[in-house]
Amino acid sequence: MQRKLKGLVTGLALSASLFAPAAVSADRELLNSSYDVARELFAAYNVHFNEYWKEKTGDSVEVSQSHAGSSKQAQSIIQGLKADVVTFNQVTDIDILHTRGNLIPENWAERLPNNSSPYYSTMAFLVRKGNPKNIQNWDDLIKEDVALVMPNPKTSGNGRYTYLAALGYAQDSFGGDQQKIDAFLRDFLGQVKVFDSGGRGATTTFIEREIGDVLLTFESEVLNLVDRYDNGEYEVVTPKVSFLAEFPVTWIDEYVKQNGTEDLAKAYLEHLYSEDAQRLLAGFHYRVHNDTVKKETSDRFPDVKLMSIDAIAGNWENATEEHFASGGKLDQLQRRK
Amino acid sequence: MASNRARSTRSLQHRRVGDSPAIKWLLIGIAIAVTTGLLIMPLVVIFTEALSSGWSTFADNLLDQYTLHAIGLTLFVAALTVPLNLVFGVALAWLVTRFRFPGRKLLITLIDIPFAVSPVVAGLLYLLLYGRNGWIGNWLADYDIQLMFSWPGIVMVTVFVTCPFVARELIPLMQQQGSEEEEAGVVLGASGWRIFRTITLPNIKWALIYGVVLTNARAVGEFGAVSVVAGNIRGQTNTLPLHVELLYQDYNVVGAFTSASLLAGIAVFTLAAKGFVEWRQARTVIRLQAQETV
Repeated sequence: MQRKLKGLVTGLALSASLFAPAAVSADRELLNSSYDVARELFAAYNVHFNEYWKEKTGDSVEVSQSHAGSSKQAQSIIQGLKADVVTFNQVTDIDILHTRGNLIPENWAERLPNNSSPYYSTMAFLVRKGNPKNIQNWDDLIKEDVALVMPNPKTSGNGRYTYLAALGYAQDSFGGDQQKIDAFLRDFLGQVKVFDSGGRGATTTFIEREIGDVLLTFESEVLNLVDRYDNGEYEVVTPKVSFLAEFPVTWIDEYVKQNGTEDLAKAYLEHLYSEDAQRLLAGFHYRVHNDTVKKETSDRFPDVKLMSIDAIAGNWENATEEHFASGGKLDQLQRRK
Repeated sequence: MASNRARSTRSLQHRRVGDSPAIKWLLIGIAIAVTTGLLIMPLVVIFTEALSSGWSTFADNLLDQYTLHAIGLTLFVAALTVPLNLVFGVALAWLVTRFRFPGRKLLITLIDIPFAVSPVVAGLLYLLLYGRNGWIGNWLADYDIQLMFSWPGIVMVTVFVTCPFVARELIPLMQQQGSEEEEAGVVLGASGWRIFRTITLPNIKWALIYGVVLTNARAVGEFGAVSVVAGNIRGQTNTLPLHVELLYQDYNVVGAFTSASLLAGIAVFTLAAKGFVEWRQARTVIRLQAQETV
């Protein structure tokens, strides 16, 4: 009995040492908290960064990744998930790290170039082979026989971006004519056959369940899908006007101080702006800022008039209040006539 | 059809609904169809999807560094949770069935809280209490102790979610058995530990094992509560159920089903163990009843 107990205890201790902490053999460690579909991207970048850092300082770096919806990630960080850096897909989720968590300064966005957004994307359309409904721009989407699939703006950042992109197009085309803008948005929402709860769900609806003529989601996701199903079954349509979707990054001041990783965290994010890293990001279908890489990839990323949140709704707070809050514009427009 | 109905009306007193062969086979057919569609087919799909790209892909996915870590972590959590809840369950069942005290009924009701509360809510409660801004977490942080977003947090919520299983299995049995045998032991001068080892434990053995099997199954498969407190760090706090979701998000469907097939395998094994234990338990109960009639 005693020997058995002893064996059990040693076994547990052994498995604890094996599994509970990560088996890290690198000189330095970093934890990157990221959004749910960015795993492959950062898996590739982490290898790249480790090489760069080793050459520069002689130390190897092991970057651990945490992936989930970025709102959930922000909550976890406020509650004590000690991530050194965040790489999110929504500005508001970094903002609450300041307002609710007091973990970063208010001016975090000014600490790195381009609003701390080393790469960006926009909203685009995926249509079926041969583009049978001849979709070219937003106004083609409200033709009577076109069925749309998009994530729900109530539950998904992706859906909010799509909604704002449509709004941006309407503002751009109708000037200040609020009635025309509202009418367009109402027609647009009326064409949506399925509102999925998230981006991946919408993709599944369009591809696996074969519902709808147009899938509206991130350009990066759309290009990724075309790559994945390289039998020419789908085509990408990038509208002439669309939304500037930023992918903000920052280091968490409070935690990098505790973890002693301030230099490493900053270098990790700053290096995202280097030419090599930008090329790597473009390989994952994100738009980047580096001029050389931009030229190299111009065939994949057609010119789009990108409208920022400031241009469309002032700022994110306004957009949420005016459009997405309960009883807001989105609810009013979806009400049956 | 009409004559058939007339006949069944005539003999209504003597016959039950299922006695007519047509209805009997109809009911059996529905049962089989439902079981196949809702239980067997999904199980088959898990394994066929996992193997859809061949055995070597299956093996590659299985031996992936992160999958191996997820398996290890899941087993580690279960290895801590099950003994903890075993001791807790036995102690609690012993307390409420062998002693009378004020608040006893309340305690029996309180055991069921983890069943009544949604696991996600349970996870959130722990996060709000032990997280950085929580009452206790705040205080612990001053001593540089972190429970959430590391394995202790996962163990804590898993213990919470699975704590009723053992006690719930034991309480009815121990109530039925009564405390005469133990009282006899006391009269004969046996020590408390000896009474427990030679009288109580043999009596509750099979119910205890059944409770352990259920606890283990839930500990291995828990998603909601763990998802809230784990922080989803691959290779650190990712348990097998979380890993399935992550792989699915990555479009690695085969990998997701490979991990899911492991969970399904554990479930099938658990069911088999449960069946065996139930069979042994039934025999114990029959023996007990036989003793009572004698």
